[in-house]
Amino acid sequence: MKLKSILTSAIAAVALGTAAIAADIKVGFVYVGPVGDGGWTYEHDQGRKAVVEAFGDRVETIYQESVPEGADSERVMTQMALQGADLIFTTSFGYMDPTINVAKKFPNVKFEHATGYKRADNVSTYSARFYEGRAVQGHIAGKMTKTNKIGYIGSFPIPEVIRGINSAYIHAKKVNPDVEFNIVWAYTWFDPAKEADAANALIEQGCDVVLQHTDSTAPQAAAEKAGNVITFGQASDMAEFGPLPRVSSIIDDWGPYYVARTQAVLDGTWTSMDTWDGIGPGMVKIGEISSAVPADIKAEAEALRDALGSGEYHAFTGPLNKQDGTPWLAAGETADDGTLAGMNFYVEGLTGTIPQ
Amino acid sequence: MDLLGINPVLLIASLMVSATPILLAAIGETVVEKSGVLNLGVEGMMIVGAVVGFITAVNTENPAIGFVTAAIAGALLSTIFATLVLYLKSNQVATGLGLTLVGLGISALLGKPYEGIKSPTLQSLDIPILSDIPIFGRMLFSHDAMVYVSILIVGLVWYTLKYTRVGLVLRAVGENHDAAHALGYKVIRIRFLAIMFGGACSGLGGAYISLVRVPQWTEGMTAGAGWIALAIVVFASWKPWRTLIGAYLFGGITVLQLNLQAAGVAIPVEYLSMSPFLITIAVLVIISARGNQGAPASLGRPFHASN
Repeated sequence: MKLKSILTSAIAAVALGTAAIAADIKVGFVYVGPVGDGGWTYEHDQGRKAVVEAFGDRVETIYQESVPEGADSERVMTQMALQGADLIFTTSFGYMDPTINVAKKFPNVKFEHATGYKRADNVSTYSARFYEGRAVQGHIAGKMTKTNKIGYIGSFPIPEVIRGINSAYIHAKKVNPDVEFNIVWAYTWFDPAKEADAANALIEQGCDVVLQHTDSTAPQAAAEKAGNVITFGQASDMAEFGPLPRVSSIIDDWGPYYVARTQAVLDGTWTSMDTWDGIGPGMVKIGEISSAVPADIKAEAEALRDALGSGEYHAFTGPLNKQDGTPWLAAGETADDGTLAGMNFYVEGLTGTIPQ
Repeated sequence: MDLLGINPVLLIASLMVSATPILLAAIGETVVEKSGVLNLGVEGMMIVGAVVGFITAVNTENPAIGFVTAAIAGALLSTIFATLVLYLKSNQVATGLGLTLVGLGISALLGKPYEGIKSPTLQSLDIPILSDIPIFGRMLFSHDAMVYVSILIVGLVWYTLKYTRVGLVLRAVGENHDAAHALGYKVIRIRFLAIMFGGACSGLGGAYISLVRVPQWTEGMTAGAGWIALAIVVFASWKPWRTLIGAYLFGGITVLQLNLQAAGVAIPVEYLSMSPFLITIAVLVIISARGNQGAPASLGRPFHASN
């Protein structure tokens, strides 16, 4: 009896406690890696923290880390929706179909899927124009390489990654016609040991610049160990690896977007939309270009960054041909967002084929 | 000396490095399974070894101390498993999986302040005379000490299991714990020590990832290496030297496929990546067709002296 009464009062206390701190809305985040990856997921979690800071007790945030892409993520999203989440951010490309599936079952829950292209009445998509940052990296890489071989660690052959490769290549080639790209697909977003192995393989093949589109800082550490190799921070600043090997970075700044969308749900003004912002609106930032880069190259890179930000220059400006030589963009023409969003081809000059 | 644009000397050198963590974990698990216990917590013990080794190496600026403490940490964590499984008779599979989750959690907690910090790393030994041999010197004799330690451990395990009394008793316990008990051997104590040895080896393997192979601490950085180690034990049909072959094969395929891609060779990497697992299945089919699975007969069965 006594135990029962203790339990009852405990449950009552918990219920009271939750009632007292009940937030207006609950926001869920589904992460592909751990929040401590130092890259992609880290920045999404910074965005979540920005939401906490902006709304305090009015918003409760929940998150789950290292959620595999595919069927398992559906379970996680369903669980969050059942827990009463009003808004769920699913922060990796591979959550695209699961997000759409779960969204169908919970029409009153709002979903936001990062880097995808499938929308519904309660599913928005958002992404950053990382390729603008890749243009700046390509410029620095083309100028800095001595072996004229640039290594690129890709995660999965999806449009977002292919866009980055093309953008970096176009701008490296522009300043250094002899440049070659060696591309390695790691088939993972996060596996430090494998990412380090990939970086080492590229370095052993003579690459003295390594660009990465995977989430951990392992390639930076591998480059540092090898010496005489430069790298760029990916998704996060990775400043701890500067001034060498990390000479600059692309930083994703999700905070303002997450705050705005949470506000929209609070106000009841949330609608399904597609957001794709770049350097101009501040969703993509270029990390400090380190002292290892000569001043003139640094100035050029910053000028390129500003031109991309103001919109006077587009990273995909013709004349550009596809890899097989067929014309894509005429001189002065710029790529439309539809083509970029579904980009599944290399530009002329890149070697190798995109795995299907 | 290049094949398809890949330098085989560098390839073999880097596959030895990439295989060392899984080799260490697999040889430890071989001993555990030989004693009749299935510990699925290899991943958890590896990652705790990785974080503890990293923390002590950073604080003492001595990677050797990092490895020692990583081994101790792995062994300590495995005593939780050993106590639950041997004394409280909990289910080995479930407890092992639990150990992995505990290890991932503890390591994330401990490692939080150490993200983004650089560690002192092991210098390669460049063994005198031997490392000056053309080709083979660079390929085989210019590694850090842990690569050789891992091979030494394999040799010691092989010798101990095959030629010593201790090894014979350990195998007897793994094959038939009731008979071993009837002969007066301390089944529980022997298994407890075997589990601790497995934990220590896993801890070393984890520390090799965080101190040499990557070298840094990132949450979740073992990323499934422990599961590959478990596959290697089966692939090797519980034989120490085959563990070495298995680890180098698994590690080698990963490095090879990355190198082939970097060299721009048009080979579908998916086939290469899945090949070690296909070989494991093939090995299992072959050894079970021969009627002898090679697995210790008491593997996974709980022991109680009263039975």
